[in-house]
Amino acid sequence: MTNPTLVRWHVGRVIGRRYEADSAVRLELDVPTWPGNDAGSHLDLRLTAPDGYQASRSYSLASSGESTRVVLVVHEVPDGEVSPFLVHQLAEGDEVEIQGPLGRYFIWNPADPDRSPVQLIAGGSGVVPLFSMASAREGVEESADFRLLYSVRTPRDVLFADELGALSRTTVDIVHTRESPPRSVRPPGRLTRDGVAAFSFSASASPRTYICGPTAFVETIVEWLLELGHDPARIRTERFGGSN
Amino acid sequence: MTHVDGNALAGTFVEILGIEITEAIGRCRHCGSVYGLARTRAFITAMGAVMRCKDCDAVLAVIVQNPRATVVNLSGLSYITVPRR
Repeated sequence: MTNPTLVRWHVGRVIGRRYEADSAVRLELDVPTWPGNDAGSHLDLRLTAPDGYQASRSYSLASSGESTRVVLVVHEVPDGEVSPFLVHQLAEGDEVEIQGPLGRYFIWNPADPDRSPVQLIAGGSGVVPLFSMASAREGVEESADFRLLYSVRTPRDVLFADELGALSRTTVDIVHTRESPPRSVRPPGRLTRDGVAAFSFSASASPRTYICGPTAFVETIVEWLLELGHDPARIRTERFGGSN
Repeated sequence: MTHVDGNALAGTFVEILGIEITEAIGRCRHCGSVYGLARTRAFITAMGAVMRCKDCDAVLAVIVQNPRATVVNLSGLSYITVPRR
């Protein structure tokens, strides 16, 4: 869907913003020149200070398809140069510069004839591009089986809580690492290799696996999947650095 | 400092070279490994970006941008293959 020749800078106007979790904001941008984007792709967002100083950062897109409405979720990185401004100060009506859509590797295409199952594994705000894929999966009747395993600190940190609950074509398992919701049977705790094995397609189903999260999270999960017999060629990763 | 995936440099490469690196394949000049540049390791700071080989950790590319110019060093890559569309 996204043609590389269409990657360029666009101006987007903020048409909606709301807090999505304790330190994350959902931004809806109207980008009249946006060519649409694949599920899982990202963009670069650039801010320019009055003195001309520029800073840009990459953000995954929560939206996909042929729309000029672009949705991002930005998680605040304390002491960050860009995210605190986006989370707390950017207001409806403000304009930002974005370059994209970017990324032809960490994407899922609803028209893909491959029907092998798709396993999504998210650490924290790494859920954004994976939510985009699960959301795209909702739009097609016949396609691969989807599972999402989402590791998150507390119930208040869950992004897309309502939408995840409403997904009808993706099995969602949320693992809370610091604090479980009331009445939860599972005590809070980090994912383990056994947990990953229990909440994901087995290697014998030869799933395609997409993992997104902090670097250490992604590397640990990949290591476990390989130990569990998964094919490294069917694992795609997107690391976003520190643990927020 | 921690690294991210080469993916994160997609915008920088498109802007400077017009290449979508997330679908490009490169060869490491140091260890000879050939794979998708999306799977390289990227280290990004305010000073610039460094792309390293995921297999041998050698520097593949360095990009430094200042208000007047951009300096691109691709000397760690023997070649880049970009699909034609």
